[in-house]
Amino acid sequence: MYLADCRSTGSRGTEAAAVPDTRPGRRPAAVPSTVLALGAVSLITDVSSEMVTAVLPLYVVAGLGLTPLGFGLLDGINNGVGALVRLVGGHLADRGGRGHKVVAGLGYGLSALCKPLLLLAHTLPVLSAVLAVDRTGKGLRTAPRDAMISLATEPAHRGRAFGVHRAMDTTGALLGPLVAFAVLRATVDGYDAVFAVSGCVAALGVLVLVLFVPRRIDAPAAVRRPPPPEPVHPPQLREAIGLLRRPELRRLTVCAALLGLTTVSDSFLYLLLQRAGNLPAHLFPLLPLGTAACFLLLAVPLGALADRVSRRRLFLAGHGVLLLGYGLVLSPWHGVPAVIAVLVLHGTFYAATDGVLAAATAAVVPARQQGAGQALVGTGQALARFACSLAFGAAWSLWGGRTALAVTAAALAVSAVVAVFVLRGTDETPTTDEVPA
Amino acid sequence: MTRTTRLVTLLVAVVLLGAVGAGSVLYAAHRSGRRDQQQADGPTVRTGTVSLRPTAERRLLVRNLAWGPHRDEIATVPADDPQGPRTASGVKCLRFHAAAGTGICLQAVHGALEDTYRAVVLDAHLRERHRFPAAGIPTRARVSPSGHMVAWTVFVSGDSYAGTNFSTRTAVVDTRTWAIDDNLETFRIVKDGRAYHAADTNVWGVTFADDNRFYATLATGGRTYLVRGDVAARTLTTLHRNVECPSLSPDGTRIAYKKRVKGAFADAPWRLYVLNLRTMKETATAESRNIDDQALWADDGTLIYALPGDYGSDLWTVPADGGGTARRLMASAVAPAYLG
Repeated sequence: MYLADCRSTGSRGTEAAAVPDTRPGRRPAAVPSTVLALGAVSLITDVSSEMVTAVLPLYVVAGLGLTPLGFGLLDGINNGVGALVRLVGGHLADRGGRGHKVVAGLGYGLSALCKPLLLLAHTLPVLSAVLAVDRTGKGLRTAPRDAMISLATEPAHRGRAFGVHRAMDTTGALLGPLVAFAVLRATVDGYDAVFAVSGCVAALGVLVLVLFVPRRIDAPAAVRRPPPPEPVHPPQLREAIGLLRRPELRRLTVCAALLGLTTVSDSFLYLLLQRAGNLPAHLFPLLPLGTAACFLLLAVPLGALADRVSRRRLFLAGHGVLLLGYGLVLSPWHGVPAVIAVLVLHGTFYAATDGVLAAATAAVVPARQQGAGQALVGTGQALARFACSLAFGAAWSLWGGRTALAVTAAALAVSAVVAVFVLRGTDETPTTDEVPA
Repeated sequence: MTRTTRLVTLLVAVVLLGAVGAGSVLYAAHRSGRRDQQQADGPTVRTGTVSLRPTAERRLLVRNLAWGPHRDEIATVPADDPQGPRTASGVKCLRFHAAAGTGICLQAVHGALEDTYRAVVLDAHLRERHRFPAAGIPTRARVSPSGHMVAWTVFVSGDSYAGTNFSTRTAVVDTRTWAIDDNLETFRIVKDGRAYHAADTNVWGVTFADDNRFYATLATGGRTYLVRGDVAARTLTTLHRNVECPSLSPDGTRIAYKKRVKGAFADAPWRLYVLNLRTMKETATAESRNIDDQALWADDGTLIYALPGDYGSDLWTVPADGGGTARRLMASAVAPAYLG
């Protein structure tokens, strides 16, 4: 049902993107091999990490015989540390010619090392610590990876390139649980086998990165031009912070954060959806799959669309779609079709905003500071979403879930209007990497 | 490195990592195979008829964890000879409880893609009367003293990146009408005398007083509470703080429960306590280890609970009045229920 529904929306997106383009030099070029390599690394790594995620509750409850409630208490700390690590990762990656690959490799490597460590973790505190390190690895690699995708792609096609990457990433996330349960089936509760296989898969991901992602990402031929008079020294921390002096980036960061502040976290949305629709409890685990399937199918067409109609506009439109989704949850229309419609809107929101924001960021940051720029916008958004989770939880206690969502929806509408205003008239000029500060 | 070198390197790595992965899967599969062979020093387990009907002789039902062909099956032993031979029923359950001819059995269903779970209500011959899909991993199950009401709790996990957001779902079913309340979190909560709602509420560990009233744990805002529940009025009312997995004594006057104690290790925070419902006085039992189970009253003065053992877990027993010492009742067993 989900797939069928998403696919029909997906094909509409494809049609829109496939409208013949008569402008010269805009013919869709092949996705750069570096992007495909990074997509493959993400796909493989997500298979590995989602294998663990899928069996972890079962392992904790059935394998270790522990009661996992309160396990998520460290999430707040992890989120804060994760954001900081992301900034550090982004900045470090910009220093030195092949910093992106090294820092991303460290991040992927750190997470890969955690998989065999899970075999040794038999208590909740140790398990939490291993997961925190795993998350640090994720924080470290995110910004350099997005920087490499930006650098390897012609500016005009970055939306599509990020779309391809996100689609591959999500494919891995959907495959992971299937692999995990196949192993669990073959071994009858062989959680150690799941962790061992997950470790092997993660190692393979790191190897693909080492072998197939070039050390130095060269700008694609189409935009290669005499090197701009860049300072020769690696960017200093002061410069990374100085990025915010760029009005374009500042506006984008502010808008991403503002909209992030009014984006309800997935788990709250699913909880509300289940309660509003009076969905049988056993269908609950399917909700994230619906969103992911839609995200997967729409990431490429919407990324390509962003390249045509402006990424900021699509980013804003994505939030409009999310607002529609909130409206639907609040509306009196309930039942399975309503739930599917919300999931389609939710997946569309991700497809229209996740990679698209990275592409929009790439266009307003100089090449030598792509890592720091991606980290800045991404961190701003992540911290804002985390703040929203805390506030939403508190609002739920005060007013109840539906009222909290109604208030958030109103705030999202206001934020979107403000964002339209802030981003108005500053649409990207994607061919210039060196925007004067 | 040339393209060929890189591809060859990748190929070699795929073969090596594949071998490691396959080796670990084969090893784990072999190990699981051994669990189906009778363990040498284990209890005698034989097939037989297990009935939930009251008999002259009092019996103890457990999920048998001893290695062999009857692992995970509900088995029975005479109540006065728990270490004696076990009679296995052929019915496999992860969690189980029974009273007055009704059984509740929480099972895993191994699907092609992933495991799903179900709660099966059993008649006195352990035949299925009704089944319900369950939303997650089974953890607690209870039948009311009359056998009319059943309740179960499962764990569900959130969708966050590291999968660390766990929550519970507790369902209550009236076996006379098959009416189900599949999420007690939707009951009206009265906390400290006032209506209360929050997104982070979790309810688990139901123990029935009669066919309408029950006790359970409510968690919210990082604290746990003993709540008194009312199925007809759909309410949960908080009574006492820091109570998990309550178990009501047969005379209805006391609650045995897990209390989170100060100064304990973070991964072993619970001790077995008894709360007097009239005086609200807490009594620590002589069991000084960490316990993570919903205790069972063998009679008005004795508690039974599971602790980790060589083959999963063992059942232990301790007096409820705080005196005496804990001793092992039977090895390789979990999820006990008394009949007769």
